[in-house]
Amino acid sequence: MSDFLANNAGLFFALLGAAFATFLAGIGSAIGVGKAGVAAAGVLSEDPSKFGKVLIFQLLPATQGIYGLLVAFLILSNTGLIGQVKEVSTLTGLLYFAAALPIAFSGLFSAIHQGNCAVAAIGTVNKKPDQMGKALILPAMVETYAILALLISILAIFGINAM
Amino acid sequence: MRQTDFTYAVARVRYKETKLLTDNDLDTMLRCHDADAVLRFLKDRGWGDSSEDETVDELLDKELERTWEFAFESVDDHEALNFLLIPNDFHNAKVAVKCITRDIEPEGIMLRQAVFAPDTLYESVRLHDYDRLPDYLRGCVREALHTLLQTSDGQLCDVIIDRACLMTVYQLGRESGVDIIERYCELYVASSDIKIAVRSAKTGKSADFLRRALAPCDTLNIDKLITAATAGVDEVIDYLRETVYRTATDALSVSLSAFEKWCDDTITDALRPQKWEPFSIGPIVAYILARENELKAARMILLSKLNALDDDIIKERLRSMYV
Repeated sequence: MSDFLANNAGLFFALLGAAFATFLAGIGSAIGVGKAGVAAAGVLSEDPSKFGKVLIFQLLPATQGIYGLLVAFLILSNTGLIGQVKEVSTLTGLLYFAAALPIAFSGLFSAIHQGNCAVAAIGTVNKKPDQMGKALILPAMVETYAILALLISILAIFGINAM
Repeated sequence: MRQTDFTYAVARVRYKETKLLTDNDLDTMLRCHDADAVLRFLKDRGWGDSSEDETVDELLDKELERTWEFAFESVDDHEALNFLLIPNDFHNAKVAVKCITRDIEPEGIMLRQAVFAPDTLYESVRLHDYDRLPDYLRGCVREALHTLLQTSDGQLCDVIIDRACLMTVYQLGRESGVDIIERYCELYVASSDIKIAVRSAKTGKSADFLRRALAPCDTLNIDKLITAATAGVDEVIDYLRETVYRTATDALSVSLSAFEKWCDDTITDALRPQKWEPFSIGPIVAYILARENELKAARMILLSKLNALDDDIIKERLRSMYV
């Protein structure tokens, strides 16, 4: 067992990075979408005609989970865990693991806070439906930090490939 | 475990807030020629049921019932709203004690919106089965009934139950850990103490009576208030100038109803920031109090139209609206 781990430590760390990117960003999105969904359900119980509007707000925190999935897919693809398995050194595996961390943690926290912001924005649209555009910008601002993290994770993965 | 996330309820409240009466709506109601026109205006806003022959009391009772139905439907932790309903339990306790000693049926006098079922309360008092009563009622109901039977002093009976009510509300405020509930409960107790002190000063009550009637709170020194109340109304006002209620003294100099308006307006002002709070119980509390406030305003306007009172008299008494 210890020999197997020693020989495949690189792959193990790469896979751990992919797992972190997927489940941490996914947890964040699940919490964010869940919170916004609860608020959206509250709105719909009073005014079902607002379904289209509140659905957009509910979906905003879902993107972090997708970003995590994208990073995980790139890692799996570059290490050959999808398709032909490649030789991955321990150092390369650790580098992939590190590359996954920005989107993993930024995805987790930004999705939770985007969910909170979306709940407040749903309240705004509920009272003033004509302010939909402005209300949408506020939670969308939180997305910036998830995108920055995604960018760094992707650049890091491509950088590791070029080494 | 106490409910801490009220996202669903707050989302519903945000919609309901758009249906609350505004100051402009109150002006429109005041401009109506008669009570029927005011009723039509309220019915157009969705108040009451569809029946044409609904009376003022039926309409307002229906709306109060709807407000509480909505609150209980939206909030899982009903106990979180006890501080608003518990005064009704104490009102029902007074009714039960007095009806039983005078051998009257409490038909239509007990309030349905209460924490403890009014029928069970009445039966428990009638059978002297105090163990069925909740802790907050048990002691004061037993003492009030005993006092009423021995002395026939209805006012003393009220004082015992009212003080227990104030102490319970104060305690619930402290235990809530929610700033807006603490502030509401504190103002509820303090304003009641001030009203008791002023009335007592006017009627020349003794310090002993005041000690039995006043409930302790954080913003008033009860000993100083008792000393002031035994000296006179002006002394009470002078004492209040030293407290956080100095802005209430002008209203108090006018009348107790002006002071009550000051209390309601102060609470409404304190509640306004809840319009931007998305997660806590604050907006639900604010909505319930805002609804009670508008029902009070609607009742005032309707009764003024029914009794052909001057609009200016009513305008002075109308509270500022939450929205």
